[in-house]
Amino acid sequence: MEGDVGVLGLAASLVLVVVSLVISLRLKLRVEREVVVSVVRGLVQLLIVGAALQIIIDPDTPILWSWLWVVGIVVFAAATIKRRAPSVPGLFWIGLVANAATAVVGFAVTFGLSIFPVEGRTLVPIAGMLIGNSMKSGIVAAERLVEALAEQRAEVEARLALGQPWAAASRPIVRGVLRTALSPQIENTKALGIVFLPGAMTGLILAGVDPVDAVLVQLALMYLILGAVVVTTVITAFGAVRRLFTDDHRLVALPRSARDTG
Amino acid sequence: MQLQGCGQTRRVADPALFSFGSVSVGPQDARRLNGLDAELPPGGLTVVAGPSGSGKSTLLRLCNRLEVPSEGTVRHRGIDLADRDPLELRREVAMVFQRPVTFAGSVLDNLREADAGCDEGRGAELLERAGLDAAFLQRDAGELSGGEAQRACLARALATDPRVMLMDEPTSALDGKATNVLEQLARRLVDDGTPVVWVTHSEEQMRRLADHVLLLEDGRSDRSGSAEEVLGGG
Repeated sequence: MEGDVGVLGLAASLVLVVVSLVISLRLKLRVEREVVVSVVRGLVQLLIVGAALQIIIDPDTPILWSWLWVVGIVVFAAATIKRRAPSVPGLFWIGLVANAATAVVGFAVTFGLSIFPVEGRTLVPIAGMLIGNSMKSGIVAAERLVEALAEQRAEVEARLALGQPWAAASRPIVRGVLRTALSPQIENTKALGIVFLPGAMTGLILAGVDPVDAVLVQLALMYLILGAVVVTTVITAFGAVRRLFTDDHRLVALPRSARDTG
Repeated sequence: MQLQGCGQTRRVADPALFSFGSVSVGPQDARRLNGLDAELPPGGLTVVAGPSGSGKSTLLRLCNRLEVPSEGTVRHRGIDLADRDPLELRREVAMVFQRPVTFAGSVLDNLREADAGCDEGRGAELLERAGLDAAFLQRDAGELSGGEAQRACLARALATDPRVMLMDEPTSALDGKATNVLEQLARRLVDDGTPVVWVTHSEEQMRRLADHVLLLEDGRSDRSGSAEEVLGGG
């Protein structure tokens, strides 16, 4: 197989999509349109990314373009976090700082310790994996924080009424939010190889790389992702909670759901 | 209060525990307080009463800056609350809420949230002031009855050594016996020199408790004065 899927192979992989469309029609789930849109959109996006990556990883292409791509990933991830929890003022900038910090820490370890060489073919995929995974946890942290503060407003205000500053009054809630946001990645890491065969390793094996080499690459990435998730989640949660209190230590008005703008 | 004359400004003592000058809270189309002008006297037990939605709880929350006015000024003993450090103010002006909110852990852990250095001796003394036995110190705060939890919350509020106690319908979730106990504790606080501001919607409770009364209606002061003046003999 040696990693060559080809157009026919790609078409064959659509068999299960057809099965899902049939199920949707038979059960009247009415998700056929969504399935078709997601398949086509995924195809177009990945073809564009593939073409762009081909240019980026060309050794003759200046590495500046790879760095610019990384900047784009950071900005897009921040905008996504903001969109999911619009009731947090300034969340875009918090997300930007969190994702940028994740990229800096991730690259410092990856390239500083020579886990991978600094090249176009490593920069963009590693940034995508680190920020893509940590963005999900950042979103969970921001959404859950708004919900938890709204649900537990009485406890927070009881603490504020004792003269506790906002940071102390919100600490038990922030702890819970961080546990919730971090646990999926921790569980993923625990289940590595047993339940969860991650994408990079699977891709490398399918492309014909020796499984042990693939495992080493994947382990390095998983550890980096775990660290990245912690960095993004902690910065997002602490940054967001600060914005949800006024300078005179009052909890702002909050919607019940993080997606409402309040 | 400031008096101006002869080119100089001098400060005189404002006797009011809290004074509200044209205070409004909330957006224009949904005011919770609407141009309130009122004063709470410096001592005794002041009952703030009025129908649901009249702004009683909002008034109380203004007093320790859990809320701030959209318009107007709130003063505590003559000083604009906007000029006070909110954390210091909240330790000075304590609050007991409508529903008892206990934190995870023992009753002693709860007291330490208000006073980190609270040892068992001090804890026992605080519980005694709130009408609870020292044996409650080690009890899980989450397993207390409503009345016990409210008294534990009162003890926790007392742990900051407040000079004023705000009580926002503190008996609304309690049975008759527990209500009676809490009313007696509030009276004891007043007798010991700590003014209490008690919010209620119950006329019977107001008649039992009040030294002074402030009646609110639609976010404004309806009537205020001593209990005799406002409530008469009935």
